[in-house]
Amino acid sequence: MTETVLPTRAEKRKFAIDMRALSPFIALIVLIIAGALINPDFLTASNLLNVVTRSAFIAIIAVGATFVIAGGGLDLSVGSMAALIAGVMILTLNNLGGGDVGTLAIGLLAAIALGAACGLANGLIVTFGRIEPFIVTLGTMGIFRSLVIWLAAGGTITMRNFELRELYRPVYFGSIFGIPYPIIAFLVVAAIGALILYRTSFGRHVVALGSNEDVARYSGVPIWRVRTLTYIIQGICVGIAVLVYVPRLGSATPTTGLLWELQAITAVVIGGTALKGGIGRVWGTVVGAVILELVANIMVLSNFVSEFLVGAVQGAIIIIAMLVQRSVHRGR
Amino acid sequence: MESVLRAENISKSFGPIEVLSGISLDLKAGEVHAVIGENGAGKSTLMRILSGHLPPTKGALHLNGQPITFSGPVDAEAHGIVLVHQEILLAPDLTVAQNLFLGREIRRFGFVDDKAMRERTRSILRELGTNIDPDREVSRLSIADRQLVQIARALLVPHKVVAFDEPTAVLTPIEAESLFEIIRKLRAQGVAVLYISHRLNEVKAVADRVTVLRDGRHIATRDIEGLEPLEMARLMVGRDMSKLYPEKPETASDQIVLTVRDMAVPGYVENASFTLRRGEILGFGGLIGAGRTELFEGIVGLRPGHGTVTLDDRNVHFRDAREAMAAGIVYLSEDRKGKGLLLQQNLRINLSLAALDKFGRGSFIDTGAEEKALDQAIKDFDIRTRSRDLLAGQLSGGNQQKLLLAKMMLLEPRIVIIDEPTRGVDIGTKEQIYRFIASLAAEGKAVVVISSEMQELIGLCHRVVVMRNGRVAGEIAQADLSEDAIVYLATGVHEERAAEIAAGHA
Repeated sequence: MTETVLPTRAEKRKFAIDMRALSPFIALIVLIIAGALINPDFLTASNLLNVVTRSAFIAIIAVGATFVIAGGGLDLSVGSMAALIAGVMILTLNNLGGGDVGTLAIGLLAAIALGAACGLANGLIVTFGRIEPFIVTLGTMGIFRSLVIWLAAGGTITMRNFELRELYRPVYFGSIFGIPYPIIAFLVVAAIGALILYRTSFGRHVVALGSNEDVARYSGVPIWRVRTLTYIIQGICVGIAVLVYVPRLGSATPTTGLLWELQAITAVVIGGTALKGGIGRVWGTVVGAVILELVANIMVLSNFVSEFLVGAVQGAIIIIAMLVQRSVHRGR
Repeated sequence: MESVLRAENISKSFGPIEVLSGISLDLKAGEVHAVIGENGAGKSTLMRILSGHLPPTKGALHLNGQPITFSGPVDAEAHGIVLVHQEILLAPDLTVAQNLFLGREIRRFGFVDDKAMRERTRSILRELGTNIDPDREVSRLSIADRQLVQIARALLVPHKVVAFDEPTAVLTPIEAESLFEIIRKLRAQGVAVLYISHRLNEVKAVADRVTVLRDGRHIATRDIEGLEPLEMARLMVGRDMSKLYPEKPETASDQIVLTVRDMAVPGYVENASFTLRRGEILGFGGLIGAGRTELFEGIVGLRPGHGTVTLDDRNVHFRDAREAMAAGIVYLSEDRKGKGLLLQQNLRINLSLAALDKFGRGSFIDTGAEEKALDQAIKDFDIRTRSRDLLAGQLSGGNQQKLLLAKMMLLEPRIVIIDEPTRGVDIGTKEQIYRFIASLAAEGKAVVVISSEMQELIGLCHRVVVMRNGRVAGEIAQADLSEDAIVYLATGVHEERAAEIAAGHA
């Protein structure tokens, strides 16, 4: 075979792959320029920090979703799971009754543990039940959602202890060196996520599983364990997102976390992760989540489109992102 | 004989790279014209140009003496040129008849006319010498039958030229023989048949003329008369190929490393027993579907199976491939693309996947060590790649097999099971793989080679176990190895009779 030369073709392909990784960052820059042109208030530090802070929950959830999707799975239950975790966490805090750090810590741990448990449930049903993840998480989405409605008796679950609320409030509203805690939380989660996905054997196994399950199995990858773990990671990420989210409003309602799954999956796809698995981009996901919030922000700051149509625009973005992915894929 | 399709000085470049240069080919009515060459010699590209899938960069095609350009494969088909693809391109959940007429359904009053399609399907399949049920779902057919359906689909349109791309890659010799009958029938009808293969014995058996390509260039076009396979190989590779098989290493010992007794894999294998000795190459022959692959997948835990597996006097039961690997047994799947390699990932990720634990630095992967291992593998296994950043799917079949070998050898196994080691591999690479297998045995490893190529079993193995219908039909010692002995055990009948029987019920 004429294997000796052909350098140009390889370079071309490399360039195409880079395009896939770069495109979310390019989109981000374009959006920032557009925002700056539309409204001078856009490019202020306070507005941008606000945007990133607001994107934190989705970003954290989406980091988890990156694992699930890169591994060839899907989790539709994250929004309902967030609502359930928020509800259970607040009820736990209310029942403990204290206003001290210890109480708060127990509540936070309970949230993370419940997230991990929900993820474990999803993972076990998908692996041992051998059911499509779409169906499994569609089912648990309904279960989690109605559990929180039931716990709240159709109303709102609110943190009752005033001291605890004051103690907890800074987790969303506070900052260190001018950087809000939620941003720090999401950067830390993303950094850990990137480390796990790119540098550990587990991360490599996730990508292998998403690329081709049979090859993974024939290569001795413990596929059940790896797949279940991706869902557990997703659950833990939802738990962490809830920790940051609850102090914002101090309550959970039946509509908490509504359509978060759409936003999380959108963020992942915008970020360049392949929806069919095999390619995972943690930093792309983070940028994707920020892009979603930026679009909403620009819509609010401009008067072109009603802000009530944010959901429609985000829905359109996921479709466009898929089209872009496909054309990049074809181009090589 | 008059010329039907003539290619004149065809060249094809992708960007600055010329993969075909100045190829001329003259295809006559009523002849079988074989195009042979190693992987990457340009056979498939030439085929795709002739069948309208690709336009040539330079040169011209003539159909019945008139210059012609095809706008695409549909256009070529409309001119009577059809291609039977190498891969099975059928919808598995549709029936045979539905597949045959997919995209060209017979309609009646706007609705599909199933009855007419079923009848037509039955008659076409009968012409091909088979009685596959038109209502059967394709997923329930054997690979050989799927191939026949694919051929039937190609022959559905009026055809002057039929091109076969490696049609026997998935067929056993007996199934291949009935395919040759079909080809001869086509020839008798005055159809020009283009036959691409690198199985030279088949070419000898079926072709009238042979064109040899090497590195995108035309090397020779000869009549088959007086052209022996060895000479074809020499033309293809450009060097003497008389020693395809290495000396069998004299390391086969009496020391049994693996004993399998009464192994059963539900639905595939019953009561299979055999022993494997240190330093030997044990062949597994039989027809496709005889249960060879399933037997070994059952042993290494890739399928549910039960039986007594004894490894060094210790009974073992593997629940998955990981456990088998830990015990020093690796299985290299026949399905390289589907089960062996991650085609969408690069060479480094593929190489280290099975032995990732060896590349750990704490809980993290040591990429530097992986790169070094890749360098070593490229050198040791002579993996020819134009760039280290290539995806596994961009390698040729032979290089994929070498990469798969390198990947599994990183586990430092004691028992190596290789399923169809040279399927889709060109002859030059075959020789390298055979030498490698022999060297494994020489190092004292026990090697199992599952193969449908009888020459390979005879040339490579110390002993051959033959399976038939999910059972072990018998074992042949080195001194008694012959094609006839294998065919007899594989089919239960002697070779001359076997072809007739195959034609009767294939």
